[in-house]
Amino acid sequence: MSAYYQLDFEKPLVELDRQIEALETQLKNEQPAAAGDPGSHVAKLTADIASLRARHASELKAIYAKLTPWQTVRVARHPQRPQTRDYVAMICRDFTELHGDRRFGDDPAMVTGFARIGPLKVMVVGHQKGKETSEKIACHFGCAHPEGYRKALAKMKLAAKYGVPIVTLVDTPGAYPGLGAEQRGQAEAIAVNMLEMSRLAVPIVSIVIGEGGSGGALGIAVADRVAMLSNSWYSVISPEGCAAILWKEANEQTNSAAAKSLKLTASDNLALGIVDDVIPEPPGGAHRDARSTAMNLQAWIVQQIQRLRTVPANDLLERRYERFRKMGVYIEQAEPAASA
Amino acid sequence: MARRASETPTRTWNEVRPQRRSAIPEGLWLRCQACGKMVYRRHLEANLNVCPECDFHHRISAAERIGQLADTDSFQEMFGNLSAADPLQFKDLKAYSDRLLAEQIKTGAKDAIKAGRMFIKGREAMVCCLDLTFMMGSMGSVVGETITRAIEEATRTGLPLVIVSCSGGARMQESGLSLMQMAKTSAALARYDQAGGLFISVLTDPTTGGVTASFAMLGDVIFAEPNALIGFAGPRVIQQTIRQELPEGFQRSEFLRKSGLVDRVIHRSQLRNEIARIIDYSGK
Ligand SMILES: [Zn+2]
Repeated sequence: MSAYYQLDFEKPLVELDRQIEALETQLKNEQPAAAGDPGSHVAKLTADIASLRARHASELKAIYAKLTPWQTVRVARHPQRPQTRDYVAMICRDFTELHGDRRFGDDPAMVTGFARIGPLKVMVVGHQKGKETSEKIACHFGCAHPEGYRKALAKMKLAAKYGVPIVTLVDTPGAYPGLGAEQRGQAEAIAVNMLEMSRLAVPIVSIVIGEGGSGGALGIAVADRVAMLSNSWYSVISPEGCAAILWKEANEQTNSAAAKSLKLTASDNLALGIVDDVIPEPPGGAHRDARSTAMNLQAWIVQQIQRLRTVPANDLLERRYERFRKMGVYIEQAEPAASA
Repeated sequence: MARRASETPTRTWNEVRPQRRSAIPEGLWLRCQACGKMVYRRHLEANLNVCPECDFHHRISAAERIGQLADTDSFQEMFGNLSAADPLQFKDLKAYSDRLLAEQIKTGAKDAIKAGRMFIKGREAMVCCLDLTFMMGSMGSVVGETITRAIEEATRTGLPLVIVSCSGGARMQESGLSLMQMAKTSAALARYDQAGGLFISVLTDPTTGGVTASFAMLGDVIFAEPNALIGFAGPRVIQQTIRQELPEGFQRSEFLRKSGLVDRVIHRSQLRNEIARIIDYSGK
């Protein structure tokens, strides 16, 4: 446990981690001598460890049950949180990666390829943030360039051509803000993806697995069904970006206020109708048990696509259009009688 | 995604809003903030708010834009009955509901857009103009809904569609709902495209963020006014990310034309002519 990167609000667990570790070391040293001495010190140690572990589990559960929105953002960015390639390794068989946008390059921040998930053949499209320093740099920490979005669209169109459903995994702080990205049409690439995704005649499901940062996220998330992992966030802007503009300064306190105001958590987005489902993570977040998170993810994907596959293509597209068409909240006054 | 107004370096008149203009006693003469010369107001207005001395295209409101584009008395406003609802009860240093009220009083408009039918040199079109004077032209539910209704109306009637954009991006105070307007408008444009519609997108200073990354860059033909700031990310965000000076002219209309992202850079005085010409070529 102590190998985990520590989030400040997990501090109450640090002391427990230390105690458990100390007792475990003792137990290891005791064991040979104690082998012939039942009912003793060893048994007591074992019992103590068990009770500490139980306390650890309940504290962890308690902490995660009342995470603030800003703390949720921190969990969503946990360096050990599973990423697209981790989920591909855990839930996909025969992953056949496909590279490149055929126009400029191959953006490693966007992973695309055919795969089998459970009984399904699918096209997987997902942001990749990177784990090791070199991979993080190559992936621009999950901030894709226009070539990444165009690569995603090219592979989605390929899938649609052969009737293969599409699964997208969203995990980006936002699309990359840079010279080349602007020059090559970052805005145009994202806009075209949204337009084209709205009319691809195969089922599309999207899951925000970590960060759902603005247009960079939505650029691969115009789907029939959209879900969020329980500790992910999805919003028009990052809390820091929002704080810097509306609170004039980004710091712990303003970031926290912005995160709260932005209604960016999974449950907030569910209540707003922006996502359809929340996929649970184990207590303590996806990074503490990647495999069980992956199983929940897989179950949702398979269930949704199997349902969507029974819907005729025309109805599918009509429903997808309506899904986004109805989004937005405004006041509509009765039109005054037309005068002209 | 919406950027702070101060982040956009574009120079502008001190008095952009007509209400404030009349309140300024020495308002007969204005100092162009681009060239520093004093300009007679009537000259400026006759020149479509383009500086007669240096040709700088100053920012104008949606009402002024409509006045410049439409054949006399031909504009019929539509969807003007929508106003923002503050669904998130958003509060920063100020409550969104207070901000909205202040902007509505300041501008006399309900939100950052005006839409309707008009004739442009005798050609009928559906036209939407974003309005910078209202919360930096940011797109929340009202802007997204108005644009979508205009697109659907154009699809239904077969009219050409013209959207004049100027915006700081998606409106933060409606968070995820603002973000969804990007998908909503883009999906509506997909149907308009399928129906063979003609969409002329006009980018003016500044067009950034979620507006650029949705309908604004989806024009069948894309025009830009000279020297307009057009981009996905704001210049300051880019500068902070790459930690180097941005090249001269970066994210300006002429840079976008060279980069292959806009079809034509159009002087404001030619906009009506150019729109009419494209409508004619399309046969709409
Ligand atoms: Zn001037």
